[in-house]
Amino acid sequence: MSQKVLLNAKEVNIILHRLACQLIEKHNDFSNTVLIGLQPRGVYLADRLTKILKADYKVKNIKSGQLDITFYRDDFRRGDKTLKANTTELDFLVEDKNIVFIDDVLYTGRSIRAALTAIQSFGRPNEIELLTLIDRRFSRHLPIQPDYRGRQVDAINNEKVIVHWQENEGEDAVYLIEK
Amino acid sequence: MSELSVNHLLGIKYLNKKDIQLIFETADHFKEVINRPIKKVPSLRDITIANLFFENSTRTKLSFELAEKRLSADVINFSSGQSSVKKGETLIDTVNNILSMKVDMVVMRHPNPGAGIFLSNHVKASIVNAGDGAHEHPTQALLDSYSIREKLGGVRGKKVVIVGDILHSRVALSNIFALQLQGAEVMVCGPKTLLPKYIDKLGVKVETNLRKALNWCDVANMLRVQNERMDISYFPSTREYTQQFGVNKDLLDSLDKEITIMHPGPINRGVEITSDVADSNQAIILDQVENGVAIRMAVIYLLASKIKH
Repeated sequence: MSQKVLLNAKEVNIILHRLACQLIEKHNDFSNTVLIGLQPRGVYLADRLTKILKADYKVKNIKSGQLDITFYRDDFRRGDKTLKANTTELDFLVEDKNIVFIDDVLYTGRSIRAALTAIQSFGRPNEIELLTLIDRRFSRHLPIQPDYRGRQVDAINNEKVIVHWQENEGEDAVYLIEK
Repeated sequence: MSELSVNHLLGIKYLNKKDIQLIFETADHFKEVINRPIKKVPSLRDITIANLFFENSTRTKLSFELAEKRLSADVINFSSGQSSVKKGETLIDTVNNILSMKVDMVVMRHPNPGAGIFLSNHVKASIVNAGDGAHEHPTQALLDSYSIREKLGGVRGKKVVIVGDILHSRVALSNIFALQLQGAEVMVCGPKTLLPKYIDKLGVKVETNLRKALNWCDVANMLRVQNERMDISYFPSTREYTQQFGVNKDLLDSLDKEITIMHPGPINRGVEITSDVADSNQAIILDQVENGVAIRMAVIYLLASKIKH
């Protein structure tokens, strides 16, 4: 197993600020926008972006939540392991809201497909966009593309892209791991 | 760990502590799901479940059916009252006929203890015991413990008294196993005629004085007197039972502390508990019903995930 650094802490930080700016460009004061981190790993990115928007760009009143897609996945009973659920925290209705799904790595697109189904249980949003830190292009199983992307990566199937966060792993970095 | 150690839910006796933990954690998620505007998830859309009720049930059957539908499973219902069982068909034949319709899971209530275990040895389907005679009623015990955990923050170290007809109660036996597995102290209380002879061998305290029992406990689980299972008289009259083993508001108010009152339903109001107790803030009877759906969703989801595609 070998690993290569795709992004270091400084690069991650620059990208996060760029993504924050792109969100502001589109969503202005976020009055009708909600940021939704997809469990489990998208939540770190959503939290970080929310912090940056509040602290560095003085955006007030950003609504954010966490969505777990476990019960909406299309691989239930297909794998060896039971799918374990995470917490969903959406203390608002998404009816007529502009939603931004936030996830760390976009790979096959199946998680996003599940998230699109899951969010319907909370109402009918006005629109849904997708933000990912890493976009593994050429590996999609479904016609899903990000609206905001941090970095595009060409990785082959037996490679894995892993995002580390200061809050969880003690460093901000993105690794390409060959299995 | 994210998988149950068993392929069937036949009784609490066959579960370990981690299984219960996993069921509770999964139920937490489903409790959130059933409080959403749209209360349904698509997980089990390719699973078919047969609810076989060879004995009357309202709440358990509704609760299972709702849980199955919330998980998007296909559901077929069967009650022995209107079936070929009356014409002399055996249990295995009945179930195999139903399984020929490509059913993946069977939820069964049966008057004979061990019916679920027997079935699990003879048919290819996941079996969930929804009550087998006076043996076990595992989902009821799970939802009872889950409700205690929700109300008191945990089950470990809590003192629970089960009051009433212990002899005929599958709820009592499953509850004793479940509570002990999680480290609670259990007492049974009732007229001597309704306490099984060797019940103390299960490691539970035995008490025949209700006031003493209530003063000892944190939670009192009030069982129904099961008149339909009583072939002889176990106590002189219902009125006398109520005087000695019925809980009323005056009795609760006279205790040193505020205890939690549970009841698996259906309640005989005025017999084992009075209406003002059943409807008071100390009772969590309706929370138990809500939790029942979440617990059954968790059990079915976790068992279904072990049925390979």
